[in-house]
Formats: sequence, structure tokens, C-alpha cells
Amino acid sequence: MPADFISSLFVFILAAFLGFELIKRVSPLLHTPLMSLTNALDAIVVVAAIIIAGRHETKLSTLLGLIAVAASFSNMVGGFLITDRMLHMFRAGKAKKS
Amino acid sequence: MTALATQQLIDFSYIAAVIGFILALKWLSSPVSAMRGVLIGEIASGVAVVATLFDPQVTHYKWIIITLIIGAAIGVPLGLVKMTAVPQRTAMSHAFGALSAALIGIAEYYVGTPHLTKFEMVEIGLEVIIGSLTFTGSLIAAGKLQEILPQRPITYKGQNIVSLSTLAAAIVLMLILMVHPEYTHLFQAMVVVALLFGVMLVTPIGGADMPTVISLLNSYAGFSAALLGFVLNSKVLVVAGALDGASGFILSVIMCKAMNRSFTNVLFGAFGQVQVSAGKAAEERTVRSATPDEAAGILAAANKVVIVPGYGMAVAQAQHKVRELYDALTKRGIDVKFGIHPVAGRMPGHMNVLLAEADIPYDKLLEMDEINGDFPQTDVALIIGANDVTNPAARTDHSSPIFGMPILDVDKARTVMVIKRSMAAGFAGIDNPLYYMDKTLMLFGDAKNFVGGIVRELGGGHE
Repeated sequence: MPADFISSLFVFILAAFLGFELIKRVSPLLHTPLMSLTNALDAIVVVAAIIIAGRHETKLSTLLGLIAVAASFSNMVGGFLITDRMLHMFRAGKAKKS
Repeated sequence: MTALATQQLIDFSYIAAVIGFILALKWLSSPVSAMRGVLIGEIASGVAVVATLFDPQVTHYKWIIITLIIGAAIGVPLGLVKMTAVPQRTAMSHAFGALSAALIGIAEYYVGTPHLTKFEMVEIGLEVIIGSLTFTGSLIAAGKLQEILPQRPITYKGQNIVSLSTLAAAIVLMLILMVHPEYTHLFQAMVVVALLFGVMLVTPIGGADMPTVISLLNSYAGFSAALLGFVLNSKVLVVAGALDGASGFILSVIMCKAMNRSFTNVLFGAFGQVQVSAGKAAEERTVRSATPDEAAGILAAANKVVIVPGYGMAVAQAQHKVRELYDALTKRGIDVKFGIHPVAGRMPGHMNVLLAEADIPYDKLLEMDEINGDFPQTDVALIIGANDVTNPAARTDHSSPIFGMPILDVDKARTVMVIKRSMAAGFAGIDNPLYYMDKTLMLFGDAKNFVGGIVRELGGGHE
């Protein structure tokens, strides 16, 4: 098995366990923003898309990369935007009360 | 700067991004620190994107900049949708995330073939299969949530066998490719079969199971990104994908528990079709109904009111009227709380977001376990557009399809009022004995209009 795979597997296992521990603590109140935030973070795939598109190896790979840039970047922008909007609402509730 | 130094700088920016991602999730644990979490997430992602643009491998900028702008132009409107449209927006974002992961995997295949090792081919194959099925599955889910597609499960005989064979076909194609990575037409076939399987996976799953499906697709989208990280040996993708995948997975487990069902049951059970036996309870029974002014009178006389919202509140867009009702009752010194079932609505946390949008303080929004002890001391439980999650048959009737599902014990309140459009059964088609109890009053009508009517009678409201 390639060494790269083993090191990626290490990182994956650690990150997955860390993810479980962190996400278990997120209040059910915020499960919708949680989903939109993790979506936005997941959109970091855009960095891989930029490299594939930017390497310009074949016409096909560039085209696929560019579509991936648009799709993942829209997720990044939209995901953060809506998470921010949702959390503002939760804050407003608190501020009004106190 | 030398290429090596640039590369190291980029690597450090990715490490910084990973730290940001972890802090973002950590700070999301409470509404107080959550805003900080989003900010650090934004900074982390921004740093990673900007650093990547300096990668020496990137030689052509024009189209990248153009597509980034296109992406932002699509993302902004998707970030500004109404709160009631958040479930379908979320499904769309799973689709986009999975699409980009799948496309990058496909590009890697075409760049690498025919020199891919067996190991690389399996990585790419799995990544592309999961990405593709998540893409079409999420599109179907979004279509159902947007009500472009029928919300009821679409089923046919032998469906599970056909679906599973389709998945098996995709895997067999991948195994052939492992030996012969140069068969590009087989790769294309594998992608098509995986796309098809995504459609088959979600089509038979209906409305009330949507929270679980959305969470599962969330998890798949995350894991496809993590697998892409394996393919490209990119640790930042592995971490982001693992966090997203773990999040979706936990939410799926929570949703399944809240419905007392297993994953396999959600995926292969098609909730809507097994309910035929429940029809037997539909004998002639009388219900008591009330008008808005009667309901207002009962509410005004109460000390403690618990409001239980469901998908019907979202459909009727009644959350702002509910807020007026909350204000009117609170002004009279009545204690008003909200009892929120984990699967109320169409995605995890759906009700909380709608009520927060209507400015209801979030400390009044209580989870099922927190509120259930309160019902015996509650004067009025007001149910707005929720059905199955309040069905006492889940506790008592062994023959009920939802037996064992944790519910909100609204039947223990002194008076129960249910706002409902008609006596038609809920999504699952299960009769609800709650409606025939002596202490239950049915308030027939559109949730928004009816709550508005109650508010007018109470002399509150903003109009």
C-alpha cells in the first residue's frame, strides 16, 4: 500500500474522531447551521479544482476542473452566507431577551 | 520566491485552514460563540483559496477567475434564500459539493489513464461512484423538497433488488477497470450507472424521512471529498471531508433514533407503503373542533402553554404569526415554550431556524427530552402542523408502524389543541388517536390564518 495512502488514512481517522467529538457537542438548536457550515467547509474542494483547472493538462481535465471550481466555490460562498444569516437570527433572539 | 518555498507556504496555509475548520466546529457548540466559528471558517477557507492561486502548478488564471466569479454569482442567491427554502438549498449544496468532487475524480482518471496503478484506480473509482450517486441523489432530494417531484415515496415491486444490482454493477465495472484502467468506455459506464443509482436511492424515500436522507447525503458528500483527498494526497481535503462526513453521519444517527428506525429501514423501507394496516383505525369517531375565539379563550386562561411546531407550520409560513401569538400570550404573563421534535420539518434543526427567524428567543426552544417532563404541568399544548411526532400510539399501540418512536407527550397536557388543515392522515398515513381524546380540540384551517385569528382575538398582533 502506498505510503501516501497510509498517512492520509491516519489523518482521516483522527479527523473523523475529532469530528464526532466536536459535532456531538453542537446543540440540536443549531443543527441546520451545522449542516450549512460543514457544507461550506467541505467546499474547500475548490482548491483541488483550481489546481486541476490551472494545470491545463488536457482540454477535458481543464473543463471538468473549471466546472468543479464554479460548483464548489458557489457552495463556499452560499454556505457561509446562509450560515451567517441563520446564526444572526439566533443571536437576535438572545439580544432581545436579555 | 522559489517554487519550493511557495509550495511550503501553501502547505502552511492549508494547516492554518485545518485549524480554522476545527475551531469553527468547536465554536458552533453554542449560539453565543457560533458567529465566531463562522468567521474563522470564512478566514480559513479564504486563506486556503488565495494561497492555492499562487500554486506554481496553476498557470492559467483567466478562466479560473471567471469561474470563481460564476461560482460566487450562483452562491450568493443560494445563500440568500428564504428560511423555509433552506432544506432544498441544503440538498442543492450537497449536490454541488458531490458534483465537484466527482468531476475532479473524473479529470484525474483521464489524466492518469492508462498508467494508473490498481490502487489509484480503486481510489478514483470509489470516489467517483460516491460523488456521482450523491450528486443525483441530492438533486432528487432537492426536487422533492421543492415539490417539483412528488414527495411521496415512489416504489415498485423488486425495487431493492434492482437498486442494489445497479450499485453492484458500478462496483463490478470499477473492479474491471482496476485491471484494465485503459477501458475508458467502461469508466463512462461506471459513472452513468452510479448516477442512476443515486436516483434510485432517493426516489423511494419520502417526505417524513427527508431529515435522515439529507443527513446521509451530507455524509456521503463529505466522504467523497475525503476520498478525493486520498486520490490527490491532499490532507486539507481529507480533514474537511472527514469533518463533514462525520457531521452528516452523526445527524443521520440522531434522525434515525428519533424515528426509532435503522438506516436500512430508511433506505429500503419506503415508509409510505407499509401503512395499509393502520387504516383499520379509521372507523367513525367524533372529534371536537373549536373556532379561533374559543381557542383564544382557552389560551388566555392558561398559565403554561407549550407550542409544538411541525412541517405544516413551515408549509403555511406561519412562523411570524406564531411569534405574534407568543408575544400576545407572554404579554399576559403566560409561560410559553416550544417543544421541538428532532425530526420535525424536513431537515435537522429546521423548526429552530424558522422560529429563530421569527425572533423567538432560542432559550424558549426546547428539545424533546427537555420538554417532555413539563407536559403534565402544561395547561395547553398547541400543535401547529405536526402529526406523527405527537402520536401517542407510538407509546402504546404495538401494532402501530411508528410504535417505539420517541414522541412529544402532548397528550399529558390538560388541554390539547391541534391546528390542522383537515382530518387527513399525516405524511405516514397513520391515524392519530390524539385527535379523538376528550381533551383535544381540533382547530381546522390554514396554520397561518388560524394563528392569526387567535392573535386577533387575544387583541395582540401587529396589524
